[in-house]
Amino acid sequence: MHPARSIIVFTTLSGAGFGLVALLALGALAGSGSPLLWAALLALALTGVGLLSSTFHLGHPERAWRALTQWRTSWLSREGVLSIATLGLFAVQMAADLFYGMRLVPLGLVTAALATVTVYATAMIYASLKTVPRWHTRLTPACYLGFAAAGGAMLASAFAAGADGRAAGLEWLALGFLLVAWAAKGLWWFRADRIPLGSGDSRPETATRLGRYGRVRLLEPPHSMGNYLTREMVFRTARRHAAALRRAAALLGGGLPVLLLAAGLAAGGWIWPAAASLSFLLGLLAERWLFFAEAEHVVSLYYGEGERARPAGFPARPA
Amino acid sequence: MTALPNDTPKKLGLVIDLDVCVGCHACVVNCKEWNTGGYGAALSDQEPYGETPSGTFLNRIHTFEVLPEANGAGASPMVVHFPKSCLHCADAPCVTVCPTGASYKRAEDGIVLVNEDWCIGCGLCAWACPYGARELDEAEGVMKKCTLCVDRIYNENLEEVDRVPACVRTCPTNARHFGDLADPDSAVSRLVAARGGVDLMPEQGTAPVNKYLPPRRNRAPAGAADETPPAAPRERAAGLTGWLERVVEMIG
Ligand code: SF4
Ligand code: SF4
Ligand code: SF4
Repeated sequence: MHPARSIIVFTTLSGAGFGLVALLALGALAGSGSPLLWAALLALALTGVGLLSSTFHLGHPERAWRALTQWRTSWLSREGVLSIATLGLFAVQMAADLFYGMRLVPLGLVTAALATVTVYATAMIYASLKTVPRWHTRLTPACYLGFAAAGGAMLASAFAAGADGRAAGLEWLALGFLLVAWAAKGLWWFRADRIPLGSGDSRPETATRLGRYGRVRLLEPPHSMGNYLTREMVFRTARRHAAALRRAAALLGGGLPVLLLAAGLAAGGWIWPAAASLSFLLGLLAERWLFFAEAEHVVSLYYGEGERARPAGFPARPA
Repeated sequence: MTALPNDTPKKLGLVIDLDVCVGCHACVVNCKEWNTGGYGAALSDQEPYGETPSGTFLNRIHTFEVLPEANGAGASPMVVHFPKSCLHCADAPCVTVCPTGASYKRAEDGIVLVNEDWCIGCGLCAWACPYGARELDEAEGVMKKCTLCVDRIYNENLEEVDRVPACVRTCPTNARHFGDLADPDSAVSRLVAARGGVDLMPEQGTAPVNKYLPPRRNRAPAGAADETPPAAPRERAAGLTGWLERVVEMIG
């Protein structure tokens, strides 16, 4: 799939943002005054910028409100409804704490649950697509939820450490979430590598139903140049390039944050978890780029992808 | 509404005969011609006379070559021209993913349409379609797809003989047939039964209404099977890798 910059930025920022929303709603930083204020503003900014950037790739952004109507069937619609509900409740809860010193615990629990379901809905937009076998797994929501929780905990610990000098609890939490998230992502990559296009149920032979006659191979595409479908869905990445990016994603999004969080646990100070968060978000941008770029869409089978090699010894066609 | 109708009394659709299609692209041209002036926004072209021409089409012809698996001496590849437009699936994933309600399947005849005044151009329906039957128009920013020529088939201003889709009307070899596939006695249903019409990518679970008639046996290479052979099962790796493979399968 074509990795659209707006969607990559959206899913990365809003994921971490909703993670932060959930933790703040659960009471991290409750009653701390200005650290809570800044953390809440950052959470709103991350989710808000994310939502805004997701409308950039629309053909008709002015009609975006219509996307809130089909929550009965569409995960994209559910995501929109859930994010607005979550942010509304979150704003109420934070205002109550900041301006009236009220701790609305039940409201916080609901908000945190909604934030979690919002991230789940984002992931399900992709995981529900049968047409993209590498996305169509429960591991996809596991990764999205894990990364959102890890990002949220890291950001929250930076603010908490800014207030108290130390935030051991949150830092341990961030480490735990990071571990779970990267374990899920590792499995996701492991699975993805085992199901290249054309190796599963959908193959050029089933796409054309000509498999009974032999191996199917594209002789001529419909037009001499590309089209919307080939630009949007028949995206190819160089294997070496992808492998290098995976290493960068794991290093920036996993390895480095672990070291920085450990330093934070040892030395204290907000700078460590803040640096960890920054590195994490950069790593996740790479991870998200790959999530799209390495996804293969079955429509590519109609465009000559996923074909088995020409059988050995097959008579060469006249040049 | 993007909920699918449970069942439609009529299932209007196309039957495409791969045995006789000669790949002339006449249906592509007539589809574009009719639909650029008909239902909804025009079908735009980008750089039509430039370096990288591209444009919106509701119907495209691919050409495949089939290489006989048992490749005895003298075996030669079979060339099959392959028209592809929306299959008006009964279980249309493109409809249920639409967040706005712009995509819908008509309860009365099963035609899958886009209400272009509601479409936000998010493109998710094109991702959900396995067949590449939906294209976002670059000039209009809305999703375009085959309408089954809904503005022809019920159009009483046209002569009776023209009340069929443009692609069907124009095909010089009669490779495209239009009719009600819910009615077992319709000409198209009988054609499907007689010629063993098939669904494309049945494993995707979309239950397409459109059917494809495979090339006749006399064109097929000797030793051809009756059905697409299943994919070779993957061998489970040994040790840790095998264990991980099992874990991933369990998670699903
Ligand atoms: S062919 Fe594609 S666009 Fe047409 S109904 Fe089926 S899934 Fe939808
Ligand atoms: S592009 Fe239009 S029709 Fe397709 S899912 Fe988005 S809003 Fe619905
Ligand atoms: S039925 Fe009409 S819109 Fe559909 S492919 Fe044929 S000519 Fe095009």
